Amino acid sequence: MGRYVVRRLLQMIPVFIGSTFIIFMMMYALPGDPVRALWGERAPDEAQMAAIKADLGLDDPILLQYWNYLVGLVQGDFGTQIQSRREVIDVISDALPATLRLTALAFLITAVVGIGLGLLAGLRAGKKTDRGILFLSLLLISVPVFVIGYLYQTYPGVKWGWITPTVRDSENWGELLLPALALASLSLAYVMRLTRSTIVENRRADYMRTARAKGLPQRRVVGNHLLRNSLIPVVTFLGVDLGNLMAGAIVTEGIFNINGIGRTVYEALNAREGATVVGVVSFIIIVYLVIALLVDLLYAVLDPRIRYA
Amino acid sequence: MSIEMTKADVPGVPLLEVRDLHVEFRTREGQAKAVNGVSYTVDAGETLAVLGESGSGKSVTAQTIMGILDMPPGRITGGEILFRGEDMLKMPEDQRRRVRGDKIAMIFQDALSSLNPVLSVGYQLGEMFRVHRGMSRKEAKAKSVELMDRVRIPAAKERVNDYPHQFSGGMRQRIMIAMALALEPDVIIADEPTTALDVTVQAQVMDLLSELQRDFNMGLILITHDLGVVADVADKIAVMYAGRIVEHAPVHELYKRPAHPYTKGLLDSIPRLDHKGKELYAIKGLPPSLTAVPSGCAFNPRCAMARDVCRTEVPPLAEVTERDGSPLGGRTSACHFWKETIHG
Amino acid sequence: MPEARATIGKKEAVPSGGGAVPAAVAVDAGPAPGKPRSLWSDAWHDLRRKPSFVIPALIILLLLVVAAFPGWFTSVSPRAADLTNNYLREPELTHFFSPEWLGYNQQGQSIWARMLYGTRASIVIGVAVTVLVTVLGSLVGMLAGYFGGWVDALLSRVIDIFLGIPFLLGAMVILVSFDTRTEWTVTFALAFLGWTTVARVMRGSVISIKQSDYVAAARSLGAGTSRILLRHVLPNAMAPVIVVAMIALGGYITAEAVLSFLGIGLSEPSISWGGDINRAQGQIRIAEHILLYPSILLSITILSFLMLGDAVRDALDPKLR
Repeated sequence: MGRYVVRRLLQMIPVFIGSTFIIFMMMYALPGDPVRALWGERAPDEAQMAAIKADLGLDDPILLQYWNYLVGLVQGDFGTQIQSRREVIDVISDALPATLRLTALAFLITAVVGIGLGLLAGLRAGKKTDRGILFLSLLLISVPVFVIGYLYQTYPGVKWGWITPTVRDSENWGELLLPALALASLSLAYVMRLTRSTIVENRRADYMRTARAKGLPQRRVVGNHLLRNSLIPVVTFLGVDLGNLMAGAIVTEGIFNINGIGRTVYEALNAREGATVVGVVSFIIIVYLVIALLVDLLYAVLDPRIRYA
Repeated sequence: MSIEMTKADVPGVPLLEVRDLHVEFRTREGQAKAVNGVSYTVDAGETLAVLGESGSGKSVTAQTIMGILDMPPGRITGGEILFRGEDMLKMPEDQRRRVRGDKIAMIFQDALSSLNPVLSVGYQLGEMFRVHRGMSRKEAKAKSVELMDRVRIPAAKERVNDYPHQFSGGMRQRIMIAMALALEPDVIIADEPTTALDVTVQAQVMDLLSELQRDFNMGLILITHDLGVVADVADKIAVMYAGRIVEHAPVHELYKRPAHPYTKGLLDSIPRLDHKGKELYAIKGLPPSLTAVPSGCAFNPRCAMARDVCRTEVPPLAEVTERDGSPLGGRTSACHFWKETIHG
Repeated sequence: MPEARATIGKKEAVPSGGGAVPAAVAVDAGPAPGKPRSLWSDAWHDLRRKPSFVIPALIILLLLVVAAFPGWFTSVSPRAADLTNNYLREPELTHFFSPEWLGYNQQGQSIWARMLYGTRASIVIGVAVTVLVTVLGSLVGMLAGYFGGWVDALLSRVIDIFLGIPFLLGAMVILVSFDTRTEWTVTFALAFLGWTTVARVMRGSVISIKQSDYVAAARSLGAGTSRILLRHVLPNAMAPVIVVAMIALGGYITAEAVLSFLGIGLSEPSISWGGDINRAQGQIRIAEHILLYPSILLSITILSFLMLGDAVRDALDPKLR
């Protein structure tokens, strides 16, 4: 196990370098000079401009800039914003709590509702309940998240007045419920479908017949035997999906006016604020890679047949 | 727990009796009569072998007794299953469940797929004690080790937390047997318990099973297609064909003088040392599809003795007697020409 | 007494899993009459009588016609803005296909016309990305899976690198560097980041096919690498790839809509559903039809591709049902 972890960590290094490099190059290939933009319409002070560029390392060759950035990342330095001179890591840590809360709530909804409905559909495979749940999952996949977001905002929020349509206080879980539901919809649908198909597959397994022949109560047959086996791929999916939820927050946060990572990166993109974009994307890549590793290890715990050498 | 169930043997009432059982399956091709009027009994300490090809209905009957038949597509359309005189098909599901595993237990063919791959064998054995006896996790684990010792799994204490895939095929089947024996049931149904094993291991597992059966004085229903297994351990045999019992007899009687052409064919197709060099007999044709069972006797297209009556009339399960009409130990045969078959 | 053990019938020599009685019933029915059919013609035979295939297929056909000839369905230009067309007026749903039947937007443009002309962008991008992704992903996946060793190690790392980049965010970073973004710019961005899914599926199925007996047989008969790849591996590995690609097509249409919605997708003067939905959001409380109708059409389009992919997958692989 220990050697496997080390090998996986070593494999993560080229992947991390590669992904951040691509993002870095794309961002710095952007037209326009962010330092020049500091002066706006006014004529820039050439000496001052050169000084700022030298200070930020922007006059170095692009590959050297990337190298310096990478060295910084390893030390936890995500770069500096040009306009405000703020550390990007500070910008991230300001925005992160809201996104984390939103993601956590969406994740919870995905896991609980997704597994619950998937299980129900799987146990009633071929019946009306199953078809209804399958159709719901198709709807959730087909209706893009921004449309779902607006529907949630318009009907329970504006027209029926059940709930505030935008989030004023991201520490209020109740206000986060609608955006979390919208954010969760796609993952929720996939979890539903995945759970259903593994349940259907395992339901007729020989060990299920054994469990019934042992005279176990239905609750135990389903809970300890059927679910225990069927959830292995679902847990894997949920883990990897956590990263997707964070990245998907970009749309949801915009619609519901939440000051999180998504909003930050969206605004930074529109302002051509490269350091922030690269910083946030690098951060998400790190989260994604760490989760992928954890999920792999969790897999071995859940399925004793898997052994990592 | 189930007070009714623990009462001692009632004289004259068989331990387990299947009476005129009918089970159908809905398939794409139509209704398949998987079990078509099957009756048999088994008593304490007795071994009944149920012999037949796949699709003959032997496993479906067993699953119906256990109450683990998949419904749908299966459907019980008639008959009774009496355990100590009480019809289990009429019991409420909860009461039925308490009988399963506790009073009547089942051993399956392929232990690798029949054991849950992600739970330790100790957990799966212990479940029996925890669910039916309300034991704690710890007590149940101690009991599991005891059981594993009983079925002679070496180093049971160390291996109790291992998973099914870490055991050899023979050891896994021993675990299946241990699981069925856990609560010392009255009846064990073993569905092809040795088919998936290597030939050398088959005998060991079969010996263990019959030894334990003797020790606990259990009724054993042994479902198999292997005539060799049957001869050594069974008391009586029920031969099934296309959902019906075609012959029922004490084991040695049946081997000596089969009273149904199908049984005769089966016996003739066994390779024998004194017939070395001669071509082996084989029953021609294939077993019928259960959605299109031939009219009359289901065996008639494959039967050398078939005459017109065989194609039109279903032969009843008739009592087989000696030439002079004296009884032959309650033997029965479903052949219009059982006399010709048995008396030549 | 028998002197050797015997088994009844040849069929039980390899016993099927215990409870498979219904399966045994089916087996006893014998092989299906008629000539053996190929995987694809068998699937087609199944599919064309299933409503879950026929309905989405017809919708997609219709969408393709609309995308090619939007002018057949309306006489109004989608760009014709007439501010006398009040966007607050309720749509006149009974005037089918007339310019006003789904109402007007804030610029006084016919929503119906804009929806028709917006179809092209979604369909073109969805299909083009899928084609590119399938070709590129299959190539990389096949090379990695077939040659293994360092080729596989290298290509797998490249796949991992692209998988590490968040799809939507990555596409936004690419697209923001273009001042005008056409269908082809968006296609490029989505395909650049999207090929990994197909590559992974292709790699997996090539590895399993490579180990199959018929490939070993072909190799032992002296077939060369390119012949084995083209004749044996590719045709057999294509089925799962095509299924994944069909289901992904709906996802690419969604991605385009989301990008356009965020203002980083298609730029003016291109007409796209996502962009129109974006511009409608300010009016949602007073004129929700501006947002509603394009959203419905967008969702139906994605749903159709999704259902089509699902149906094809079920037909090709009955196990997954």
